[in-house]
Amino acid sequence: MLRYAFKRLISLMISLAVASVVIFAVIEVAPGDPASFMLGVNAQEDTLAALRAELGLDGSKLERYFNWVSGMLVGDFGTSYTYRTPVSQMIQDRLWVSLPLALYALTLSTLIAFPAGIYAAARRGKPGDLTVMGATQLGIAVPNFWFAMMLVLIFAINLRWFNAGGFAGWDQGFWTGLHSLTLPAVALALPQAAILARVMRSSLLDILGEDFMRTARAKGLSRRQALWRHGVRNALIPVLTIIGLQFSFLLAGSIIIEQVFYLPGLGRLVFQAISARDLIVVESVVMLLVFAVITVNFLVDLAYAAVDPRLRSRT
Amino acid sequence: MSLLEVENLSLSIHGAPILKKINLSIDPGQIVAVTGESGSGKSMTALAVMQLLPNGAQTQGEIRLEGRDLLTTPEAEMCALRGAAIGMVFQEPMTALNPVKSIGDQVMETILIHKAMPATQALDHAKEVLRRVGLPPERFPLSRYPHELSGGQRQRVVIAMAIALRPNLLIADEPTTALDVTTQAQILDLLKGLVREYGMGLLMITHDLAVVADMADQIVVMRHGEVVEAGPTDDLLHNMQHPYTRMLFEASDHQVALPDTAGDRPLLEVTQVVRDYRLPRKGLFDTPGHHRAVDQVSFTLNRGERLGLVGESGCGKSTLTRAILGLEEVQAGEIRLDGALVLTGHKPNPAVRRKMQVVFQDPYGSFNPRHKVARLITEPFHLLDTPPTGTERQDRIAEMLTAVGLSPDDAGKYIHEFSGGQRQRIAIARALIIRPELILFDEAVSALDVSVRAQILDLLAELCATYNLTYLFISHDLSVVRTITDRVMVMQAGKIVEQGETEQVFANPQHAYTRTLIDAAPVLPDIGALAG
Repeated sequence: MLRYAFKRLISLMISLAVASVVIFAVIEVAPGDPASFMLGVNAQEDTLAALRAELGLDGSKLERYFNWVSGMLVGDFGTSYTYRTPVSQMIQDRLWVSLPLALYALTLSTLIAFPAGIYAAARRGKPGDLTVMGATQLGIAVPNFWFAMMLVLIFAINLRWFNAGGFAGWDQGFWTGLHSLTLPAVALALPQAAILARVMRSSLLDILGEDFMRTARAKGLSRRQALWRHGVRNALIPVLTIIGLQFSFLLAGSIIIEQVFYLPGLGRLVFQAISARDLIVVESVVMLLVFAVITVNFLVDLAYAAVDPRLRSRT
Repeated sequence: MSLLEVENLSLSIHGAPILKKINLSIDPGQIVAVTGESGSGKSMTALAVMQLLPNGAQTQGEIRLEGRDLLTTPEAEMCALRGAAIGMVFQEPMTALNPVKSIGDQVMETILIHKAMPATQALDHAKEVLRRVGLPPERFPLSRYPHELSGGQRQRVVIAMAIALRPNLLIADEPTTALDVTTQAQILDLLKGLVREYGMGLLMITHDLAVVADMADQIVVMRHGEVVEAGPTDDLLHNMQHPYTRMLFEASDHQVALPDTAGDRPLLEVTQVVRDYRLPRKGLFDTPGHHRAVDQVSFTLNRGERLGLVGESGCGKSTLTRAILGLEEVQAGEIRLDGALVLTGHKPNPAVRRKMQVVFQDPYGSFNPRHKVARLITEPFHLLDTPPTGTERQDRIAEMLTAVGLSPDDAGKYIHEFSGGQRQRIAIARALIIRPELILFDEAVSALDVSVRAQILDLLAELCATYNLTYLFISHDLSVVRTITDRVMVMQAGKIVEQGETEQVFANPQHAYTRTLIDAAPVLPDIGALAG
């Protein structure tokens, strides 16, 4: 198991290094002058020169790459051109919204999807299954911003249980912070839960057809006991893959929901940075997201091994 | 009173009749074998006793276990009987165990689910049972996972789960079909020993008549969901009443007459071939180890000769086959067909490749279900520089389909419209259509019923006469290799340990391993002698 984890860790490092080179190349080395791109076509020559110096564009490409990477390693992401504040501080503030939101949404979607998927698989073809499948069809078809607006209409405007938007901040207390993330998290979670429930159901149905499920029944387990003791754990592998993908998506892809609920998250930060041509911020956030995605994949790999002994020994 | 009595059992699934008024009974300590070809309903009979039938199944009649009718027993009570009063062993040891649970947990589950004893005691009992089936905990700790065991060892675990609570009735559904002959002999011995020791009744489902004749007290022959003949083994063998029974026994030991061949010009020359597989490194900086799958193998196959290759799973037969086909590179030695190397550089040599074709084991998996037969059997044409087109192509298709006993009209059909035996005929047509110099048959009849297998063997003998075939026939089935080849090679752990004229090798094996193989294979009693 340790060897397996170690190998996965090495592959994580290599992926990160490759990703950093690619991001650097795309943004800094691509043809065109980043400084003139950021300032637009009508920029003054001396402003351009000043920006070039500030961005460190005078050094060689290799030098600039190592400066960028070594800066990031000690938490120095540079200074935002538009806001004139350290990028690290901006990212940190936004991360405190986006990360909890993603985790919250993922927890909700898993809590909805697991029971729904298992319930549907256990009642294949019966009314319970058809109802769950119909609901998930709807969950996938309807865009999450529509859910978001419906949630605002019902729970914020009519029932007044939640605020329609904005983030209270964690300094108001954990539960207040969580409270203001609830509606966005639900809006994000519903479509993800629909996908996850379908994956759980079909994965479990595959497992139910396996020989060892029949063996379990021949030992005297009831249908339900066989499902829980032998089915669910085997069905988890594809489900874990989807959970990993969903977390990465939730972290970076919640931009529309952040917009609807007026949340200061990473998605909005990237959006604003791209509109303002603030390449330093874009570059840093993209690198951070890559880091998050690769780390999540690493954790998913570890989870596979925890579930399936065959992966532990294959070495 | 009998242990198990099945009376007038009928079964239909979604309205389609599967079993028609089956009768059989088993006494304690008795082995009853149910035999027949695929689709005869023998497995469904077993599943009906377990009450583990597929959805949509409807049963009539009675199945009495120690006087209690199982068909009217509610599901909750059936759960209490399964595993405790009736144990079951399945065909596929590779998939019958849960891959993510240790073998100890899986054996203990049988004990704990029936609350037969407290957990600590159950652990000791599980160890004892595993020891009884030949997996002593010192060598096979309970923490092992199924993937760390061989097929035979896994089947022992399945048997341990089935007998952990000493059920009065054990059902074994093709328990050795997926195993090698030597492993099969051990598992059959184990089952016989358990029946004797525990006084269990054993309901054994098998298509293998040699196994049946060897161990059963009673034989039940089934066909199309009906019992055609049943009785004590000796009586039934000496006095077969039903023509189907007679046909089954004759087909099981089917002999063909191969036409004579005068081949002394070498076609395939394999010299000192070695195939190594790299093993994963033990430590980060260790040099990786090697597994030698094929070890210094040399042989020559002459034109017009029919050569057999036998050995148990994992002996390197398939690796050698792949190397001959140029699908794998070898680490040493060379393989030449008609004087030319099968691999030029790292690529298969197309000039050599078009002189070879292969027929695989699985008649169901080896065809693309979305193509029609005409397209399927003309696939090898892409190996030719100028493939035939138009009427020439039609003629070749018609000729081949006729040659393998099908009709030219079958060219427009899809593969799902054919039975297993017909599919294997189509596979042979596909191999023959470019008139290859050499055909490799890789377990080509192993998945077929005995009667179908007999027909395919007849077909091969006919084709030998018409097309003067040269082939390498790879199989684990000694009786088939004995009748369909002129010469045979025995392979063990990557090495050819014996080769010679087929009859000579079988009649007078020189190598100890060859003798082990021949002794382990169950033998059909001589029907002629029995009848007389």
